[in-house]
Amino acid sequence: MRKALMLSAFGAVLAAGLAGYAGAEPVDEKLVIDGEIEMITKAPAPEGHPFDEVLSGWLFRTVETRALEADTFQNPGMLRVEEGEAIWNTVEGTEGKSCASCHGEAADSMKDIGAHYPKWDPDAARPINIELQINKCRTERMGAEAYKFDKGGQKPLTAYIKHQSLGTPVAIDLSKGEMQSWWDKGKELYYTRFGQLNLSCASCHELNSGKFIRADHLSQGQVNGFPTYRLKQADLVSLHNRFRGCIRDTRAEFPAAFSDELMALEVYVTWRGSGLSVETPAVRQ
Amino acid sequence: MNMNRRDALALGAGAAAFALTGLAGGQAFASAEDVDKKLMEIAGGSMPEMGKVMLATPEIAENGNTVPVSVSVESAMAGGDMVESITLYADGNPNPEVVTFHFTALSGAAQANTRMRLAKTQNVVAVAKMADGSTYMDKKQVKVTIGGCGG
Amino acid sequence: MASKPRVKVPKKAAPGEVITIKTLINHKMESGQRKDGDGNLIPRMIINKFTAEFNGQPVFSADMHGAISANPYMEFTAKVEQSGTFKFTWVDDEGSVYTTESEITVG
Repeated sequence: MRKALMLSAFGAVLAAGLAGYAGAEPVDEKLVIDGEIEMITKAPAPEGHPFDEVLSGWLFRTVETRALEADTFQNPGMLRVEEGEAIWNTVEGTEGKSCASCHGEAADSMKDIGAHYPKWDPDAARPINIELQINKCRTERMGAEAYKFDKGGQKPLTAYIKHQSLGTPVAIDLSKGEMQSWWDKGKELYYTRFGQLNLSCASCHELNSGKFIRADHLSQGQVNGFPTYRLKQADLVSLHNRFRGCIRDTRAEFPAAFSDELMALEVYVTWRGSGLSVETPAVRQ
Repeated sequence: MNMNRRDALALGAGAAAFALTGLAGGQAFASAEDVDKKLMEIAGGSMPEMGKVMLATPEIAENGNTVPVSVSVESAMAGGDMVESITLYADGNPNPEVVTFHFTALSGAAQANTRMRLAKTQNVVAVAKMADGSTYMDKKQVKVTIGGCGG
Repeated sequence: MASKPRVKVPKKAAPGEVITIKTLINHKMESGQRKDGDGNLIPRMIINKFTAEFNGQPVFSADMHGAISANPYMEFTAKVEQSGTFKFTWVDDEGSVYTTESEITVG
C-alpha cells in the first residue's frame, strides 16, 4: 500500500535520524542530489592540513535537514537560485547587456567556475570572490552599479553561478600572484582569538568539531556550500555574512564584508575544504 | 538587600525578553489546555478519539523555523469512508493553529506534508474530521533546540 | 514575490492512479510575531490559502496560519482518471494571487 510505504519510509528515516543524533559523530552517509549527482562530502585533507579528512557540514545535520538538500525540488535555496537565473538573463546598465549577453548559458560558461574561487585578481592586486567578480563585470562591462553587500541580486546571482559547479571538488590556486601571502594572513586570523568570549575559529571548528555547543552539532566550518540556505534565517546567507556573524558572536567588533581580513580568511577557509564538492545552495540549520 | 546588581539585570533582561514575545491577548504562548478546548469544540463536546490519524514529526527539530510534518488517515476516500479535513495545532506556539488541509474524493488519499514553525518544545496535535462527523486525533512531542551561537 | 512557484507533477499516470504532487513557493510568511528594530510588531503577511484543482474540480486545499514556515511547501496526493490540467493557486493576506498550471497525460 502506497500510503503505508510512504509512512514507514518516513518512520524509518526518523528512526535512523535518532540513531545518528544520539552520538557526537557526524553521520556516515552519502549525499546524492536528486538521485543523480554524487557529492563528495568526505575527502582526504590537503598537505599541511590539521585534519586527516575534511568533512562537509552536511554530515553534521539532522536527517530532516540533510533530506532538504538532497532534493533540488525541495531545497528552499533553489528558489533563490531561480531568482539568480532570472537576473542572469536581465539586461541592466548603460551598455544594454545582461550576464547572458557575454556568458551565454550559465550551465556551460559557469560550469566548475565556482569551485576555483577565490582567485587572484591582478587588476585589484588582491583575491577576488564570486560576489566581487559580479560587481567587477557590472561596473566595468555592463555600466551598471555594483551590488552593495548582501543587497540587490548579489546573493541569488552568486548562488546561481556557484550552483553551476554543484558536485565539483573545491580547488583554489594558491600559486598565482600573492595568494599564498593572503592564505598566510587568513591562517593567522583563523587561529586568533577574538572578542569578550576569546574564541578563534579553531576553538570551535578545529578543537571541538564533532562536539555540541548547546544543541548545535559543531562542524569543521567548511564553506563549500555558500551561499547557504539557513533554516534559522529561512533564507540564503552569504559567506561574509556568516564570517561577520561568527565574529560578532564572540562579542568582538566584526570586519567589513570583503575587507582584507575577510578576503584573507575566505582564501584560507576555502583551502581548508579542498576536495569537498560545491554544494551551493547547501541547507544548514 | 538580597538582590545584587547582576540579579536585577538578569531579571530585567528576562522581563524584556518576555515582553519581546510581543503578543496581543495577554498570554505569551498557547497551552495544551487551549488546544484541548479547540479539539472539544471540533469534536462537538468531547475529545476526539486517539487513533486513525498518523502524525509524523521529528523527535528533535534542529531549528524551530522549519520543522517538517506529515499527516495521514487510512481511508478509501470514496463513498462513506471520506476524510473531510485534518487540522494541525501546536500547543506551545503563540497561536496554536498551524494549518487545515481539506480533502475531496479527487485527493485519492488523505495525506499531506508541510513545514511548520515551532517556537519551543511542545506537542503537535492532528485532528481529522470524517465526512460522517466523527473525529480522531494524534499527538506528538517535538523537542526544539536552541542553537549554540548560530550567528 | 521573486520567483515562479515550483510544482512537481508527474507527466504521465495510469487511470485511477493516486499521484503525489509537491509544491513550493517563495514567500516570507511574515508571522506577525516579529518586532522590527524600533520594537514595533511587523504586521502579519502570509499566504493564507492554497488550492489545487484538476480540470476545474477542487482536489485539495490548505488554510495556512503564521506557523507555516517561510517558502511554504505543500505535498499532497491526487487521483487522476483522465488527462488534463492542474491549476495551483496561492493567495496572501494582501489578496495577491499567484497561480501556475501543470498538465498530465492519463491513459
